[in-house]
Amino acid sequence: MRAVFAASASVSIACVLLICLFLFANSIPALNEIGLFRFLSGTRWKPGSNVYGIFPMILGSVCVTVGALVLGVPIALMTAVFMARFCPRRLLGPLTAAVNLLAGIPSVVYGFFGLTVLVPLVRDALGGNGYSILTASLLLGMMILPTVAGVALASIRAVPEGYYEGSLALGASHERSVFFAVLPAARSGVLAGVVLGLGRAIGETMAVIMVAGNQARLPSGLLKGVRTLTTNIVMEMSYATDLHREALIATASVLFVFILVINLSLSLLKRRAGR
Amino acid sequence: MTARRDWLSLLLRAAVWLAAGLTFSVFLSLVGYVLIRGVPNLAPELFSWKYTSDNGSMLPAIVSTALMTAISLLAAVPLGVFAAIYLTEYAGRGNRLVKAVRLTSETLAGIPSIVYGLFGYLFFLVRLKWDYSLLAGAMTLAIMILPLIMRTTEEALLSVPDGFREGSYALGAGRLRTIFRIALPTAVPGILAGVILATGRIVGETAALLYTAGTYPQLPEGLFSSVRTLSVHMYVLSSEGLHVDKAYATAAVLLVVVAGINALSSSLAKRIARGRG
Repeated sequence: MRAVFAASASVSIACVLLICLFLFANSIPALNEIGLFRFLSGTRWKPGSNVYGIFPMILGSVCVTVGALVLGVPIALMTAVFMARFCPRRLLGPLTAAVNLLAGIPSVVYGFFGLTVLVPLVRDALGGNGYSILTASLLLGMMILPTVAGVALASIRAVPEGYYEGSLALGASHERSVFFAVLPAARSGVLAGVVLGLGRAIGETMAVIMVAGNQARLPSGLLKGVRTLTTNIVMEMSYATDLHREALIATASVLFVFILVINLSLSLLKRRAGR
Repeated sequence: MTARRDWLSLLLRAAVWLAAGLTFSVFLSLVGYVLIRGVPNLAPELFSWKYTSDNGSMLPAIVSTALMTAISLLAAVPLGVFAAIYLTEYAGRGNRLVKAVRLTSETLAGIPSIVYGLFGYLFFLVRLKWDYSLLAGAMTLAIMILPLIMRTTEEALLSVPDGFREGSYALGAGRLRTIFRIALPTAVPGILAGVILATGRIVGETAALLYTAGTYPQLPEGLFSSVRTLSVHMYVLSSEGLHVDKAYATAAVLLVVVAGINALSSSLAKRIARGRG
């Protein structure tokens, strides 16, 4: 039986190898034909005339992800601090349930909410047509909020009580003790939560596709539409053929490499947090 | 508790209350909006056995979701549990295979669903020449939830006290018997919690299924027939833009299902915590 168990454990290795093999092998023809550098730095994506540059999509992904982090992380962190150290006992149950449920809501439901509520909201308040970097960032910020808050909460709770008590004993207020003694001690875990949120934001597809406008051009303003790496794949995969199709697979490979880098930094952070 | 209040402390206190309020209002507005707009649109025709473009029925999608969940779990749970048994009960510390398994399962856990979808398409549809099908979707999802099952089972097995195992050995049981009669049964609530989490992920998944299971809106005829799950149904409805009222109703159903799964998993978690304390 040992062999059966070991074989089952090896399945995850096989899966990662297969995923790498299939993605990379299927994108090599396109990268050969287009050229890796021109593919990555090209600013025009025009499948009709066989021009494939994904720089606008890379920038698009970066923009909405940074936007999501800027909007989502502070609120998530403060919420985690609140739940760990400020929350009256009666509120803790409902708030925990709310955060858990937010984490479980499917991305299509978020996307639909974005489409029917956030898009008109942004359009009416700030102009433009509503499908924009800002809308996508808002929505992604909402989506990563529970993820970041959950991880941050766990790491704040793991800080030894002595840090807090020591700080109180030195005369610091409750608030100062929490923010300047407890929170810094939890920073590796908090950072791990932020990186996890980053990974979720950059990999999110279905919610972004419904609110971001999806124009394949360089991002030109917060209220302008944008296309991300993920949405590029979903938008065109259904009808793409030949080089176009391979270029889309290569887009997924680029996304995959981003994710690998993020994962690697996450596991480094976790190792540091564990120490 | 009579520490002197200064402006910074007051500011920080206000900030955390504000943030928590914002988080809660995000939750309230999302859930409230979906339910208020969705529930009044729940009509009996949405639950007819046959989908037509008029009735936009979601019943076939609900059945497909249940089947998809069952098949994915059937594939992933045994594999994940066996893998976790290897990691906790057999492998020694510093084992090279263990390191590789951990690294790869962490990697799998971080891969976005659209990449899984594309891989499933390239592997099951292009390479193995399957059609858009229930099976292709379920296999793709099985890979996606594998790391989750492995991790939760591993944690559950690790929290089984060593005394249980030692007692079993002392009574003359072998390793395999100890695992299947003592360790695994004790770990069942933890494994179940992982299975419930995985169910939640399957029910909510869209991007990994669009190009593996397809969007066929009727009841599945077999393992190799294309299906759409409830989430995919919801996506198609809202991107078509023709049946917005039906999309609202579907969103409400999806939300209720996910809330149910969540409630189940948190009550289970509470029970596990109580069992330990």
